[in-house]
Amino acid sequence: MYTRRTLLATAALTLALAAPVGARADAPIPVVATFSILGDMVARIGGEHIALTTLVGPGGDAHVYQPTPADARAVSEADVLFVNGLDFEGWLDRLVEASDFDGTRVVSTKGMAALPFEEGDDHDDDHAGEAHGGHDDHAGEAKGEHGHSEHGHDEQGHDDHSEHAEGDHHGHDHGAFDPHAWQSLEFAVTYIDNITAALATADPANAATFYQNRAAYVAEIEALDAEIRAIVAALPEDRRTVVTSHDAFGYFEAEYGLAFEAPQGLSTESEPSAADVAAMIDQIREESISAVFVESITDNRLLQQIASETGATIGGTLYSDALSEPDGPAGTYLDMMRHNATTIAAALSSQG
Amino acid sequence: MIWDALIEPFAAYGFMRRALIGCVAIALGATPVGVFLMLRRMSLTGDAMAHAILPGAAIGYLIAGLSLTAMTIGGLIAGMAVALFSGFVSRATPLREDASLAAFYLISLAVGVLIVSTRGSNVDLMHVLFGTVLALDNAALTLLCAIASVTLITLAALFRPLVLECADPQFLRSVSGWSAVTHFAFLALAVLNLVGGFHALGTLMIVGIMILPAAAARFWASSVGGMIAVAVLVAIVSGMAGLLLSYHYSLPSGPAIILAAGVAYALSLIAGPIGGLGRSALGYPNIQA
Repeated sequence: MYTRRTLLATAALTLALAAPVGARADAPIPVVATFSILGDMVARIGGEHIALTTLVGPGGDAHVYQPTPADARAVSEADVLFVNGLDFEGWLDRLVEASDFDGTRVVSTKGMAALPFEEGDDHDDDHAGEAHGGHDDHAGEAKGEHGHSEHGHDEQGHDDHSEHAEGDHHGHDHGAFDPHAWQSLEFAVTYIDNITAALATADPANAATFYQNRAAYVAEIEALDAEIRAIVAALPEDRRTVVTSHDAFGYFEAEYGLAFEAPQGLSTESEPSAADVAAMIDQIREESISAVFVESITDNRLLQQIASETGATIGGTLYSDALSEPDGPAGTYLDMMRHNATTIAAALSSQG
Repeated sequence: MIWDALIEPFAAYGFMRRALIGCVAIALGATPVGVFLMLRRMSLTGDAMAHAILPGAAIGYLIAGLSLTAMTIGGLIAGMAVALFSGFVSRATPLREDASLAAFYLISLAVGVLIVSTRGSNVDLMHVLFGTVLALDNAALTLLCAIASVTLITLAALFRPLVLECADPQFLRSVSGWSAVTHFAFLALAVLNLVGGFHALGTLMIVGIMILPAAAARFWASSVGGMIAVAVLVAIVSGMAGLLLSYHYSLPSGPAIILAAGVAYALSLIAGPIGGLGRSALGYPNIQA
């Protein structure tokens, strides 16, 4: 009896999903985004037509997040689940499985020429025969990433991740990519396109609105992109190295031509080695870098220690993986990008 | 050559010197406590305590935000409460110390998870609370050295009753009023060293330096004093070796130091004159402890 009723209800629901033109057109569709930055993007496109739940809120660290039952419920009720992908949300698969999610899962970085994982990997040129030797040569690494950026641009749009991995000249044996793709405004447009397409499919009645929102948002993104390029271009050539806590700015680096260095790896969970810290101190001394930047989500004691040893000052707080509270300096994605760029520029240009 | 390999890293970088001082400080403070923990069959206390401090750290976080001082003080209070309760239960009831500690640490952990979850914080508190040996600032170093001094002075003052307590607690209880004082002072020392160590160095580091050298020393010395001396030596050498390995081969420092201590343990296990495997395999009689 119950089974039949459930089946009927499911059938009705499926029909409703397939053709939500009628009664459902006005009800906001439930969607879930995994972390605050993605949530902000989704909110901008969906507007009032979606009921958005963001799992890892402002100030949260999505690398090491532990989902709650409330999260599982939100996911199970959602029609669309927006994730970053590129192994950013390691906890997500278990959550999706546990919550019986039956909607559409949208990988927002789909179709991007993602940057390969650069930290702690396999540059064979230093420390021959030593597996962990990857990040002694920081200057070389930075150059390597610039190389990647051009590589990425050429292939953008017609590239998928596996192709990229195979065609890559570095031989990344773990096949991992840097997940922090939102740090490039150009890639943000891809995020927006993926989000818009998914929302339009889920709620065709409001597709036109979504595309209007997209156009407005993309215009803002492009304006900010130009703004940041101008900010960076105004910096002297030898004042373009930024030291921060964990490797979250690979895309910013590739896009805008700043070199980012971090003692901690790509995830906030990794532990640095004495060699990493020593190499970083050498680099700061050699290039007379006078400001380092702390991040909102990580333990900054190590960076403060490096700063005090080299005499560098703390140039400000950067927001890498999470927005600040709405009234903070990085309440939205665009504010975050602007805040990071201006903070970096202010500290780097003021140095002697 | 030797200068380059062994001395140069410490001469050139302040953070290496600080890390070394930190290692020596916990070798002097935590390792002797570890010897007594081992003799009392409480070697797993460290891991239990790492979980037991969660509610304290969480309350510290709720009151003062992401302040490491508040979180450490909170952790200290929670750890102390767990140690005192379990010490009381093990003295007043037939429940053994390990069981009562396990019971209280589980309760404490559950309370901690509850507090963290209801407040909906997304920051992994324990992740933030646990430091790394490469990031010791002046405050952390002062904390470690102060803890080491307090530990050594207290151990010196309570050495006899402590040894007696390890060997024959019933006897001590019957002949002396010092038994309870000794018991609780020792538990307090253990908590102090653990929480201070979590804050400055991280869980693996402090628990490892507390227990592994003590376990290694068991194969070299038969007296408690001798064991402490060997254990402290092993801890200091492991700390230095681990830091140098981390420096020369780009290994994460905490695991490198603990693995160095692990190698010392393995060597002792094989070659140690007191109960070591090698001696019995070769047919020599073991020297009796």
